[in-house]
Amino acid sequence: MAIKSNGGRVVRNRKLVNYSKYGYIFSIPFVVAFLIFSLYPVIYTTVIGFTDLKGLGVTTFKFQEDPFTNFKTIISNATFKIALKNTVIIWIGNFIPQIGIALLLTAWYTDNRTKIKGKGVFKVLFYLPNIITSATIAILFSTLFGYPMGPMNDVLMTLGFIKEPFYFMNNKKIAQGLVMFIQFWMWYGYTMVTLISGVIGIDPAIFEAAEIDGASRTQTFFFITIPCIRTIMLFTLVTSMIGGLNMFDIPKLLVNASGPDNSTLTTSVFIYNQAFSGSYMYARAAAASMMMFVVIVILSCVIFYILRDKDEEQLAKLRKADRKAERKAMAGGM
Amino acid sequence: MASDLRTKQRASIGLKICIYVVSILLAVLSIFPFWVMFCNCTRSTNEIQEHAVSFLPSVYLMDNFKVYEGKDFNPFVGFVNSMIISVFSTGLAVYFSSLTAYALTAYEWKLRKPFFSFIMAVMMIPGQVTLIGFYQMVYKLGFTNNLLMLILPSIAAPMMVFFMRQYLQGALSMEIVQSARIDGAGEFRIFNQIVLPIMKPAIATQAIFTFVSSWNRLFEPLVLLTSKDKYTMPVMVSLLKGDIYKTEYGAVYLGLSMTVLPLIIIYLSLSRYIVSGVALGGVKG
Repeated sequence: MAIKSNGGRVVRNRKLVNYSKYGYIFSIPFVVAFLIFSLYPVIYTTVIGFTDLKGLGVTTFKFQEDPFTNFKTIISNATFKIALKNTVIIWIGNFIPQIGIALLLTAWYTDNRTKIKGKGVFKVLFYLPNIITSATIAILFSTLFGYPMGPMNDVLMTLGFIKEPFYFMNNKKIAQGLVMFIQFWMWYGYTMVTLISGVIGIDPAIFEAAEIDGASRTQTFFFITIPCIRTIMLFTLVTSMIGGLNMFDIPKLLVNASGPDNSTLTTSVFIYNQAFSGSYMYARAAAASMMMFVVIVILSCVIFYILRDKDEEQLAKLRKADRKAERKAMAGGM
Repeated sequence: MASDLRTKQRASIGLKICIYVVSILLAVLSIFPFWVMFCNCTRSTNEIQEHAVSFLPSVYLMDNFKVYEGKDFNPFVGFVNSMIISVFSTGLAVYFSSLTAYALTAYEWKLRKPFFSFIMAVMMIPGQVTLIGFYQMVYKLGFTNNLLMLILPSIAAPMMVFFMRQYLQGALSMEIVQSARIDGAGEFRIFNQIVLPIMKPAIATQAIFTFVSSWNRLFEPLVLLTSKDKYTMPVMVSLLKGDIYKTEYGAVYLGLSMTVLPLIIIYLSLSRYIVSGVALGGVKG
């Protein structure tokens, strides 16, 4: 939100031309494409959610007598519950180590008291997995952890950790853990680069002052760096959450049939399976995706609300302190 | 005093060693899977079955390649389709986002502020949420195997409009636009010949990211494309999961390598811009 008000100010200071119709004309392509390819599909998906549309190639439908039939079916569907639980677990299980490692590396790489060589190379290498097609990565890992003969089994057997090849993908916990690990591995570099750029944007004088005051590295990091990059961390949290709740490529392709006991089934995979396999339950899939959309909107709003509240609280505190100081100064003056 | 300084120094050296060890471990973690993949794509299935990890390539690249003859996995078709989609999507997204951003920056119009708030609001809508409706619409029109349906939606890229607007506000000076107007240039020409060149740095960064993300996209192509000669690279890759390739380890690694190679080449030659581009996006978001 800070960006918006900032932008507004810049524009106001600049001389604006009265060619207003071009503002509309130049926005037409965007608006038309948005209406056709985003807004209409969203509305259409919502409508389908209330109908009985199913079957490959079927496009005609009639509305359900009870409009919420599909939503009720989905909520009481045991597989959907498992998928929702998995999605949340996998997202949390990848986000916590991801932000942890990213913060640690940020602290190390931006500390001007310890000069680290080769930071550029490390950054490039850590970001590398993010650029690679996730479909490829999923199949690569399923091959690396292959059974009976895969590189992972080979390494573990050569090192003597296991005697016989281990069927990794047949283990619920390992299959789920592997999805978490891949997500972590693909995204921690991105998060780190983002956080580092945030730290570079902080005024160096603050760090110098902290060093002169005798703050340790840990203190500097927790009491100066983290509060200063809070907005960027919030941005990372929200984008990661939206991405995490829509996770599809890795869980879809890593393990056949979503792993043992559906352990890697996510809601996106569930929606895909409902709509594009079996009996092509478009209506049910549409209801499920609308529900996921609502969950995402609510969670995003909650996260933004928590942050905004804190900001306002701080501002209010500051204003109070200001007023107190003013009063004191006035009393002193008299 | 002196001993205190020495302990401090020792602690600092310890920390440095720790940082290097962790960094190198993570770097190895980034390289290792791809290294194994590239080596194994030149090794025969027998060699791989004996020892799945090797740090040296072998000589069976062409034999692995022959496995694809007569099978669905066709990396060249996938490559061409992915190229078509990515190039045109990127071009359209970059051009029209710049145009929209320019409309939002240079002109004063009544709906400008509401329009910008609207873009901010829809920026985060994930594409997968709309997919069922989109699929039904495309199916009704009979365009399921039409690559245009994967290209045209990129005309409306709210996130990119947002970034482009941020950039334009710092980089565009209305004096240049004014003087071009005095010289008699039309508004559209001013945008194409004066504003677009000013936006080059932002366009380069955004173009790289749009290209990579549309190259990597799996969900929409998987749903829309049913005809084998329209498959994109990620859809082709997902075929390698099938049973016919179960026993052909070398061929699977080769297929994966072929999808990764163009990306790794692009990345390593542009890594500086890409990493600083990520940083830029983070600050501005």
